[in-house]
This record gives sequence, structure tokens and C-alpha cells, in this order.
Amino acid sequence: MDALNPQLGNGTYRIEADQVCVDYNGTVALFDASLRLKGGCICGLVGMNGAGKSTFFKALMGFVRPSRGNIRINGLEVHKAQRDQAVAYVPQNEGIDCSFPVRVWDVVMMGRYGSMNLLRIPRESDRKAVWHALERVELIEYRKRPIGELSGGQRKRAFLARAIAQRASVLLLDEPFSGVDVRTEKLMSELFIQFKNEGRTILISTHDLSHVRDFCDLVVLINKTVLAYGETSKIFTTENLTMTFGGMPPDLLSGQTPPEEFST
Amino acid sequence: MIHIFTSITPASWLIEPLSHDFMRRALMVSALVGAVCGLLSCFMTLKGWALMGDAVSHAVMPGVVVAYALGLPFSIGAFVFGVGSVALIGFIKQKSRVKEDTVIGLVFTGFFALGLVLVSKIKSNIDLMHILFGSPLGTSLSDIHQTITISAIVVITLLIFRRDLMLYCFDPTHARSIGINTGLLHYLLLSMLSLAAVAGLQTVGIILVVSMLITPGATAYLLTDRFDRMNILAVTSSAISSIVGVYISYWSDIETGGSIVLVQTLIFLLAFLFAPRYGILKLQNSINP
Repeated sequence: MDALNPQLGNGTYRIEADQVCVDYNGTVALFDASLRLKGGCICGLVGMNGAGKSTFFKALMGFVRPSRGNIRINGLEVHKAQRDQAVAYVPQNEGIDCSFPVRVWDVVMMGRYGSMNLLRIPRESDRKAVWHALERVELIEYRKRPIGELSGGQRKRAFLARAIAQRASVLLLDEPFSGVDVRTEKLMSELFIQFKNEGRTILISTHDLSHVRDFCDLVVLINKTVLAYGETSKIFTTENLTMTFGGMPPDLLSGQTPPEEFST
Repeated sequence: MIHIFTSITPASWLIEPLSHDFMRRALMVSALVGAVCGLLSCFMTLKGWALMGDAVSHAVMPGVVVAYALGLPFSIGAFVFGVGSVALIGFIKQKSRVKEDTVIGLVFTGFFALGLVLVSKIKSNIDLMHILFGSPLGTSLSDIHQTITISAIVVITLLIFRRDLMLYCFDPTHARSIGINTGLLHYLLLSMLSLAAVAGLQTVGIILVVSMLITPGATAYLLTDRFDRMNILAVTSSAISSIVGVYISYWSDIETGGSIVLVQTLIFLLAFLFAPRYGILKLQNSINP
């Protein structure tokens, strides 16, 4: 079991978003979103395309600066938390250049870069961390394969291994269940529970409700703002879901919604 | 030179040109520039910056002319205009609705035209043909010093930031999320591109320099699935093509820049046909075993 980097003090949240607003050149992408997640939970982030899921992720990773509000990770500002290697992002399979000349081993080693010196020369401890991470996702025998030779599910596991090697305490996963095989799905669900027991917080962005019901103990419903969040069994009501998937009063924010909201 | 053909052996084909000072210089500079551009070409092809490479290499032209006119090292002028062109591309793209490839084409031709106009207007001893088509056979000693300095800067920078740049090309989101300054890497890579374009200008000239910046990388990309090996293959194939190109140019009295680039293209075609995994002939074999 690898030690988390960093440990969480009492009373500190893993993720703390306080009335976060994000707008792109005047278009509101996220409004007044507040959320508090403790260490050791699996949380689904549910909303339509264009509802602000990826904007929320970007804000958590420090890619967009909130125009208002405040985000803290492990009690630290996002950029400081990043330097602690606290946040790992597991991309969608579509977001990866599969023909890039890297092996599975190299990809997982990228999780260690932030802890290495400038030249990124792996030490023994880095190699051990990579080996261990590959074992956990059951890809150790694939370590010398080019990333392009893996199946969708295996590739997903490789990127999960990278997050493990990074020893991140907050894992952001973008549509982790799309295009994965049954074995990967089973393994991921086991890993998520292990991560949870290790005190990590896992935030899963998805519009796949059945997986949220099966895997997540918490759920955040999002449509330009956090509509509701809490235990999955309590939040997953017809009323809430209707609100999330289209039933939002249009005048709640600016009276208009971006066109991409209707594209899917 | 025709009379020589009857009596040359492979050994004399290689050795005889070395008796000339200008050929020794040309071979050294070409091999060095080839190696530097070869290393950079890995990042260009993986990042998908071929068009950007073309743009920057053309956009350095006015910088070179202005630097000449002011008596500055032309690498400084090239650097300013190379990075400036990219900043301008970014600015126009952000502030207007014009698509990126249009903006790139628009800006680099504008800069290039400015360079042409400046050459014709500024009284100087700049040889336009030298800039446009390169002339490794006419390399002066001060050119060599400058090329060596540029090459050293580019190679050392690329070697130091090799892993970060590789990660930046592969997965910029991850790079940012672990606290790596990707904005810095972006401009670092662009700066290296501008400098390498000036170095490449020495051997193949502005018009063909983009070939030095993408072909070796593309060739190596077909030959391996490992980034480290890709670096080595690109550097080797690029340096060898430069040397072979200069030799062919010497013996058959053809334009040197064109000769170097043709050799590079030929090596790419060989890889395209016969690469063990990704060559098209191999692919056909695996379909009909």
C-alpha cells in the first residue's frame, strides 16, 4: 500500500470549492458552484455535455481561474496542491495520441516526473513506484508494449497506473467507463474501493447514470452550477435528474444557454 | 569535373573533397545543423507543428535582414521575429474569427514578403540567394562560430528539457496538472525552433529549412515506438543525409540545399516502404500472410 502524498489533517477537505464562478469571455460556464469532499470517497460528477463538468475539472486543475470563489485541495491553493502532486487527471481515451512513441512503462513513469529533478532521471524509488502501480492495474506484463498496442480498457488502466505512481490524493477521471472491457471495469471498481480505503478522493465525470449508481457513494449533479450533492441514494431522485438533464429554468443564470448544451 | 568520374574509387569519392577547406567546413556545418534540426524535428512531428515550423522558418527572414543591417548576430534578429510571428499568430487567432491555419499562412507570408522587401531596400552585402537557398560551400568562419553557438544552445536546451517537452507533446494536461509550466515549454520549443531555423538557413536556406525540421522526425517515427530511439534515429538520419547531400552536390555540381533535402526525402521514402512495422510493404504482408 503506497503512502499518500500528502496526508490530510483533521477537519480539512480533499476538495473544497466555495461559490466558484467561471466564465469564458462573458459566457458563464459555471456559476456559484460549491462542493466539499472529504478524503476517502468516490464521487460521481453528473451532468449533460456543456453543463460545466469539464470546466469544473479545469478549475480543480488550475487551468481556468475562477472569476469568483475559491478552490482548495487538501487545504491548499490549487497550484500549491499541484506541486505536491496531489491532483491526477485520467483522460478520456479519445484525448490520447495513441501513435505516440512511448511504452506503457514510459507513460506510468510520467506520473513520477513531478517528484523528480529537472532532468527527470528515474531513481530506484521511481522505478519501484511504477512497477508497483503497473502490478496494481494488472499491466505488468504489458510494460514494454507501445501505448498504441493496448486495447481501450488497458490504456485506461495504464493512465490509472500513472495516477497511482504519482501518489495523487485526488483523482479526476473523465468518462472512465466509456469503451472499456468487462475485466477493466471490474478491476477499476475494485481499485476505486481500494483508493477510497487509502483515503484518496475520486471524482468521476460522466453522463452514464448506471455506473454512478453502482460505483459512487456520493454524487454531484451539475448544470452550470451544483444543483445538489450528497449520498447517491438520496440525490438520485427523478426530480433532481430532471433538473440536471434539461429541466432547468432558463432564466436562472443569464437567460440564455450556450448552443452546445443541446447538441447531445 | 566530369573527367574525374572515370577514375574515382569509393575511397577517393569520400576523401578527395576533404582536401578542400571549404568542403571540410561545409561538411562539418551541415552535419551539425542536420543533427540539431534532427533532434528538434522529433518534437515538431510529435507536436504536429509542421506548419508552425514552416511559418517560423519563413518569418525569421526579416529578422535576419535587420540584424545584418544593424550589425547584430543574425540569430538575435531571427529569434525576435520567429517568436514574434508566433505571438502575432496567437493574437490574431484569439481576437478574430479567422481559422488558425489561415492565420499562420497569412502571417508567415507577410513576414517573408517583408524580408524580401527589406533585402531589396537595405544597402548591404546580404546575398538573397544565400538566405533563400543556403550555401554551405560558402560558409565563412564567423558563420561557423555562430552556427556552433546556436547549435550548442539548442542541443543543450533540448537535452535538459527533453522529458518535459516529450510529456508536453504527449499529454499537456497531465504536464500542467503535476505543476509543470507548459506555457514556458511552449515558448521554449518555439524559441528553439526559431534558432534552429537560423542554423538550418546556413545549409539549406529558408525555403527548405522546414524539411530539416520535420523529415528526419517523420522518418524516425516510422521506424520505432520508443522516444529515445526516435531521437537517435532522427539525429543520425539527418546528419547522414546532410553529409551525403553535400558530397553529392560536390561531385555532381548540383545545388547543395536541394541535394540535402532530396537525400532526406529519399530516406523517408525508404522508411515509408520498408520500415519493419510501419512500412507499407510490411503492412501488406501482414494482411496476406
